[in-house]
Amino acid sequence: MKNKGDVWFKRITFLFASSIPFLLFILVFILLQKSLPAIVEFGPGFVFGTVWDPLADKFSALPFIYGTMISSLIALAIAVPLGMGCAIYLSEVSQSKFKEYIAVMVELLAAIPSVVYGLWGIFVLGPWLVKIIPGMTYGTCMLTGGVILAIMILPTITAISREVFQAVPYNLRESAMALGATKWECFKLAIFGPATSGIIGAIILGLGRALGETMAVTMVIGNRPKISASLFAPAYTLASVIANEFAEATSDLNLSALIELALILLVITILINGVARLLVWKTTLKYNPR
Amino acid sequence: MIKKFLAVLMVSIFFCSTAFAIMINGAGATFPYPIYMKWNKVFSQQSGIKVNYQGIGSGGGQRQFIAGITDFGGSDAPMTDAQIQKAGGDVLHIPTVMGAVAVSYNLAGVSNLKLDGDAVVDIFMGKIKKWDDPSITVLNPGVSLPAKDILVVHRSDGSGTTSIFTTYLAKVSLKWASQVGKGKAVSWPAGIGGKGNFGVAGQIKANSGAIGYVELSYAIKNNLPVVSLKNKSGMFIKPSLDSTSAAASGAMQSKKLMKMVNAGDFRLNLTNAPGSGSYPIVGMTWLLVHKNMKGSSKGAALVKYIKWALSDGQKYAPELLYAPLPKSVRRKVLNVVDTIKL
Amino acid sequence: MENNTQIQSKVRRIKEQIFLIAVFLCAVIAVIPLFSVIGYVFVKGIGAIDFNFFTQLPAPVGETGGGMGNAVVGTFILVVLSCLLGLPIGIFGGIWLAQFGGGKRGFMIRYAADVLSSIPSIVIGIFAYVLIVTTMKRFSAIAGGFALGIIMIPTVTRTTEEMIKMIPRSLYEAGLALGIPEWRVTLSIVFRTAWNGVFTGIMLSVSRIMGETAPLLFTAFNSMYWNFSIDQPMSSMTVQIYNYAISPFAEWHAKAWAGSLTLVALVLGITLLVRKFSKRVRYG
Repeated sequence: MKNKGDVWFKRITFLFASSIPFLLFILVFILLQKSLPAIVEFGPGFVFGTVWDPLADKFSALPFIYGTMISSLIALAIAVPLGMGCAIYLSEVSQSKFKEYIAVMVELLAAIPSVVYGLWGIFVLGPWLVKIIPGMTYGTCMLTGGVILAIMILPTITAISREVFQAVPYNLRESAMALGATKWECFKLAIFGPATSGIIGAIILGLGRALGETMAVTMVIGNRPKISASLFAPAYTLASVIANEFAEATSDLNLSALIELALILLVITILINGVARLLVWKTTLKYNPR
Repeated sequence: MIKKFLAVLMVSIFFCSTAFAIMINGAGATFPYPIYMKWNKVFSQQSGIKVNYQGIGSGGGQRQFIAGITDFGGSDAPMTDAQIQKAGGDVLHIPTVMGAVAVSYNLAGVSNLKLDGDAVVDIFMGKIKKWDDPSITVLNPGVSLPAKDILVVHRSDGSGTTSIFTTYLAKVSLKWASQVGKGKAVSWPAGIGGKGNFGVAGQIKANSGAIGYVELSYAIKNNLPVVSLKNKSGMFIKPSLDSTSAAASGAMQSKKLMKMVNAGDFRLNLTNAPGSGSYPIVGMTWLLVHKNMKGSSKGAALVKYIKWALSDGQKYAPELLYAPLPKSVRRKVLNVVDTIKL
Repeated sequence: MENNTQIQSKVRRIKEQIFLIAVFLCAVIAVIPLFSVIGYVFVKGIGAIDFNFFTQLPAPVGETGGGMGNAVVGTFILVVLSCLLGLPIGIFGGIWLAQFGGGKRGFMIRYAADVLSSIPSIVIGIFAYVLIVTTMKRFSAIAGGFALGIIMIPTVTRTTEEMIKMIPRSLYEAGLALGIPEWRVTLSIVFRTAWNGVFTGIMLSVSRIMGETAPLLFTAFNSMYWNFSIDQPMSSMTVQIYNYAISPFAEWHAKAWAGSLTLVALVLGITLLVRKFSKRVRYG
């Protein structure tokens, strides 16, 4: 009964579709295979050690995990309040035409290439931060890295929070308004509650972006594999050590250790994105079942 | 419309991929990148042979060359015998130009600082902590040094510059040799890191009281003061093209080096060379090529490039602050290049 | 009593004012970086941009002039190459997901696309290096295009799927009722109707990969020449900007700004144009 063309059509499109999990599988397999020497050599201690010494062929990941986490947390500390405020303004407060311009501009922030942020970070943001923050002596440090990341994840957090707010049914708002609530009260009482898990999802998605961001951070964070309590000290992230040293690595073990760092980064981002998607999906689905 | 455009573009790409003949690819040390870029441009205009060189660092230059991904490598640090074995055992180190590593600092009011090897070692070990330490003041009579903390700045990435600098430190100090060692990246006992010569120069500029090491051209381009270092003959010498060349000819007095040169091994260590005008921290940078390039379509072109770089190319070195190779060495190198099997 | 409510309502009004001002400020602060970046890129870049910038090769230190014409061309070639990989997989994969992807296999593929889109681009660069560069024994535009193509896949797949799903089912059924085979209905009627939306997604994804640096560093690498052979190292605007930005030479910094201006103009231009035509698809 079935048309022969249809059968082939289904087969061919399936071939293309199934190449996506296939590519993913090869990717994970290659990373595992290539990081095996480092995994065998250093064992689980790799994750907790603090030494990165190419001369002695001793490698461990903690300084980079630390740098990645702290710079991303700085980014969240700045971008979450700012992005949420921006999203509230866009979805709840403003009715003017002005709001559309703001929305477009925040969106454009996401379109600017990472390397351009890096260039701007080196020559504009870094020196500016040194000027306004007492105690900061040079522009390439953890704080500059965090601020750059904050700017880069701002669009993600704003856009998804806005989406989440708008997914909250309008009648919840109307009932709050009908009781004479101000916009603040309306937001606090009717919107924030239902949107909570979605907001957390937005934050975690932002975090996911911050963790994997490479070039801009590499250009401003100072690239030093030491754990330091000071935000004004240079630091290093997982992604930036790969960018800096991957083509440069001398020994095989060094290369393998870098690929193991990539594997760690991969696992962290996949986990975080999984959780975030689940949360965003839960909120939007609760009110807008497809 | 768009589809047609794409189709034309694609066809032209595939057409062009056969239309161009020889492109020689190399990668490695960032230190000689400016001069190689100049050479490649002039050479491609004269000969039509395109040599593509990218500065990714000496370690990377060696790795990509060993892996066979590049046709030649560039490095400021010689390959070890084990690495040479991995690359097929037939690696030639072709020296191209020489350069000095300057010890640079930022201290208001002090423009002519003098140091000796021991003082530099103790500063970079973190033993000398203040600028008015007696071991510094005794070398600088008449200069008033502040009681300021010293901030050591070193490279955070693997680097040939670090290799040259630590080779010098290890040569003048047993303590350094045993406790820190020499190499493209070491575990620094003190200080903060900067990425690239650029990063180090920037941090020295930004921090009063800082001291660090950069290639001479970077110190000069950034208007940083440089230390006069005490050489083997007891003279305090500033890094310059002349003192770099003097160091090279001084080093050639050594029987050991001459023996290496005559044997065709150019992995010469030029640090702490004898001679009254020699600056002590000097190094050469090498191209890494295979001795046997039979069956490679690029071999002849690469040899032509090397010969050109060692003859006509040398005249471009001084304007970019590199010292040309001594004539005697150049001749020997060219002899060895002639033995490359094509 | 009366007094109390008055105070209360005053407090409420003040709270409301603070709230409104705070969120307004957030919105304003959020766009400041955009103005700063674009402003600096424009002011610092415009001086170094001239006709030569697009027609000449990079100049060595100490020489005046020079440009990054090869990098501009290289970026376009890399984009075309990545489309060769990303578009067939993305579009046909998306069609399959929309038409047949209801079951477990569909869920799996959708999930894989999601995971793929969350992988940092530098990790994809490593993948391309190990898979292509070490096999070909050469840095090449192919490796770079492969890495960028993989980055494109998830976006194109999901956009295609969503756009096709938005086409009313009745259109599809009408086609079938005419006795046209399913595959022809899907391609010539459904997909063609969805094409505008799909195209939007493709262009957004192209503008994103144009700005990628990390996956190119050790795949397409860089070249100082005009290069049209895809099995050779290929320069791109982003890598060239990066190299110039971290160099110590003032004249190269100027080139980095000029390159940024070109790139930002291209990327923002595409984004804005596409936005104009379709408001439904969001960036990323």
